[in-house]
Amino acid sequence: MSWFFLILMLPFFFALLVPPLHKIITPKVHTGWFVLWVPLIIFIELLLNIPTISAGKRILHHLPWIPTYDINLTMSIDGLSLVFGLLISGIGFLVVLYSIYYLSKHKEALHNFYVYLLLFMGAMLGVVFSDNIFSLYVFWEVTSISSFLLIAYWFQRDRSRYGALKSLLITVFGGLAMLAGFILLSIITNTHSISSMISQGGAISSHSLFMPAMVLILLGAFTKSAQFPFSIWLPDAMEAPTPVSAYLHSATMVKAGIYLVARLTPIFGGTSLWFWLVTGIGLITLLYGSFNAVRQTDLKALLAYSTISQLGLIMSLLGLGSAALYYDAGAEKTLYALAIFAAIFHLFNHSTFKGCLFMVVGIIDHETGTRDIRRLGGLMHVMPISFTLALIGSLSMAGLPPFNGFLSKELFFAATVNASGMNFFNMENLGILIPLVAWIASVFTFVYCLIMVFKTFTGSPKYVKSSREIREAPIGMLISPIVLGALVVIIFFIPNTFVHYLLGPAWAAVLPSFAQEGILNVHVSPWHGFTPELLMTIGVVLVGLLLYKTFKKWRGIYRLYPQFLTLNNLYDRSLDGMESISSSITKKYMTGSLRHYLIYIFGFILLLLGGTMTLGKGVVFDSSLDGPTNIYEIALLFAMIISALAVLFSRSRLASIIALGTLGYLVVFFFVLFRAPDLALTQLVVETITTVLFLLCFYHLPKLKKEDQPISFKLTNGVISLGVGVVMTIVALAANGSKFFDSISYFYEDAYELAGAKNIVNAILVDFRGFDTMLEILVLTMAGLGVFTLIKLRMTGGKEDEGV
Amino acid sequence: MSIVVGILFAIGTYLILSKTLLRIILGVSIFGHGVNLLLLSMGGLKKGGPPLLGLKESSFTDPLPQALLLTAIVINFATTALFLVLSYRAYKVLGTDDLEELRSYEDE
Repeated sequence: MSWFFLILMLPFFFALLVPPLHKIITPKVHTGWFVLWVPLIIFIELLLNIPTISAGKRILHHLPWIPTYDINLTMSIDGLSLVFGLLISGIGFLVVLYSIYYLSKHKEALHNFYVYLLLFMGAMLGVVFSDNIFSLYVFWEVTSISSFLLIAYWFQRDRSRYGALKSLLITVFGGLAMLAGFILLSIITNTHSISSMISQGGAISSHSLFMPAMVLILLGAFTKSAQFPFSIWLPDAMEAPTPVSAYLHSATMVKAGIYLVARLTPIFGGTSLWFWLVTGIGLITLLYGSFNAVRQTDLKALLAYSTISQLGLIMSLLGLGSAALYYDAGAEKTLYALAIFAAIFHLFNHSTFKGCLFMVVGIIDHETGTRDIRRLGGLMHVMPISFTLALIGSLSMAGLPPFNGFLSKELFFAATVNASGMNFFNMENLGILIPLVAWIASVFTFVYCLIMVFKTFTGSPKYVKSSREIREAPIGMLISPIVLGALVVIIFFIPNTFVHYLLGPAWAAVLPSFAQEGILNVHVSPWHGFTPELLMTIGVVLVGLLLYKTFKKWRGIYRLYPQFLTLNNLYDRSLDGMESISSSITKKYMTGSLRHYLIYIFGFILLLLGGTMTLGKGVVFDSSLDGPTNIYEIALLFAMIISALAVLFSRSRLASIIALGTLGYLVVFFFVLFRAPDLALTQLVVETITTVLFLLCFYHLPKLKKEDQPISFKLTNGVISLGVGVVMTIVALAANGSKFFDSISYFYEDAYELAGAKNIVNAILVDFRGFDTMLEILVLTMAGLGVFTLIKLRMTGGKEDEGV
Repeated sequence: MSIVVGILFAIGTYLILSKTLLRIILGVSIFGHGVNLLLLSMGGLKKGGPPLLGLKESSFTDPLPQALLLTAIVINFATTALFLVLSYRAYKVLGTDDLEELRSYEDE
């Protein structure tokens, strides 16, 4: 158990501590002040690892968990997981700080909030550091669950519950698919460790399970990272408190899918299916997200769609970069590998500027009480700091200098332009589409960035006057977005420091084989001359401005798409449909009638037993084993049949009870015939008592009504009874006719020596199987008690027992 | 023998599927007889003497099914008794012994 585990498990330990702590300190101190230290400690611990990691090393910590199944908590720190870990803990710290001012300590259930948040933080760190795929899966699902809990934090709201359920259904569906993919992958590679899977390299790609495993795992990654068409849960997840949206639904959790794709690129990359799925879905998502973001009027919904589109962008970059693994050597290899770098770079940048934007929107919501663009405006003068931050964030997202988004956006354009020159994976015909889609999506991105900033902060103040005056947020709330906003600018000016210490190692971790060849070198600079990517950016700005100015004229196109065809509608209707169908099916057979249930049971006996016997060859009729039969026995058999039929057909209770008694005594005869004196004696006694009991009770029971049921009722009963009878006859015949095993009773032949008893049956009961008999006595006692209680209850039961 | 077992099962099933509690109890009893006979016949019929040591026969029938049956008979008796009293009690309280009428709630 190393120090590192203690640090990583800190969120979980602290989650246990929060509720009692909360009880003690509320309402004197905000609970968040205690939680704040957890991400800070983790962040510092991870920072200390930077020198080792940037030197190209990899640190492994091992802790056995379920060693029998080779499921262990193996934590591997390499460049990629370090970048994610720093994001999780760093933004986690800022978010907790922000939440202290955002959530009132008097009104909110803070202990719930921080428990969920810590749970999520721990799980997310677990996801990125796990080297064992199954522990990764466990952490992955915990993030889904904590996300569910956080979205439903204001569970009194209908929309919150709806959004929470939706996100849970979609992400857990993907998670299960991913689990199946992981299992396939472990079958292929015969290991549970990601690093040893990677070291097996391309050898596994010819395996027949390779493609299914890939598709299933991608399903998990796409649902988590809100890729089209699973993106619908993210806008609804915005019902969560804004710190949560900033943290889970833009900076960290939704990047888990990206992380997974990046992590598994060395395994799956280089195949055309991977390339097309990741790039294609990524590009579609990019376009879909940015196009839909433009028409949103809720600021958070706008940010949600923009997150979807940015995630699509990163995803498509990872797809483009995977093409590098297709090449053995050459300049192209380095060129495409650059796309992976762009993905990591943009991911990092996105977390900074989007976190900043979410926090600013949270501030607006907090101070004005609305997030609706139509009701906002002119906030620039009231909230100058928020305005600046929003401007920085938006322009960075739009890909303008001097912000970090510009650098990664340029790299993205470069990657798409390069991709159009590919001459494999059927790229000859479709290649030109990639930069085109990227460019169009970027235009929309530019438009919604402008909408977000200028519709909110400029123009005339349209907002409804609230009771209090609208002013700038308290400084505590501004610290976090300021830090992130500062990072946005700082990264632009010194990108190569970040590249050297953080992003470079992460790049090397995604492409380990390239790192060994030493071809992963990049120098990020804002100016490369008049390259195609610069021209594309200029084009984006020009067309974007034009579209923004004319927005009112063309926004009508959003109404062209029919409402009932949207993905949300599809989701809702399929959920409703499934619910009503399953409940109607259940209602159909769960009638509450004992008779129906019995019919099901007998029916299944018929089906299964009869079916096995007809299909299987277990039925052997062999009369040779039967003993000789004489006339008395046949007479007895007939007598039994008659008495049984008498029970069935008699009209009076007395007659049927006596017929039953007769049947019992006839069975006694049989026991005698079958050389079972003990049975005969017992049966005799029991039968007598039973008959007496029946006679005692029958006085109180109502007269047997003539069964005046419809013919169909009788027919069903008749058919089923006949079927059971036939099947049981066959069973009995078959059991008589076949002897698969020798009797195990020879053991009891030593009864006299072992138990001092000459009667073997008795010896078995009281000696060899003594425990059975003891339990049997227990059953008898219980039954006796039951009978006694029921009768006793009558004596003391009170009013409802009239007529006794 | 086997045919008798089958008939007992058939009659038992028919009675269990009927609506009157008393008939159901009767059906369960008949079912019990059927099961007992089936089990006994599975052990092989009429070979050798009763499973008592010290008798003259050199071989005897399989004692194990008999031991099982002994338990079964007693437990059968116990359940029948309980069932009977239960139905009696149900009739007293609810005033009917018809299963369909005993269902008072659509959903529990």
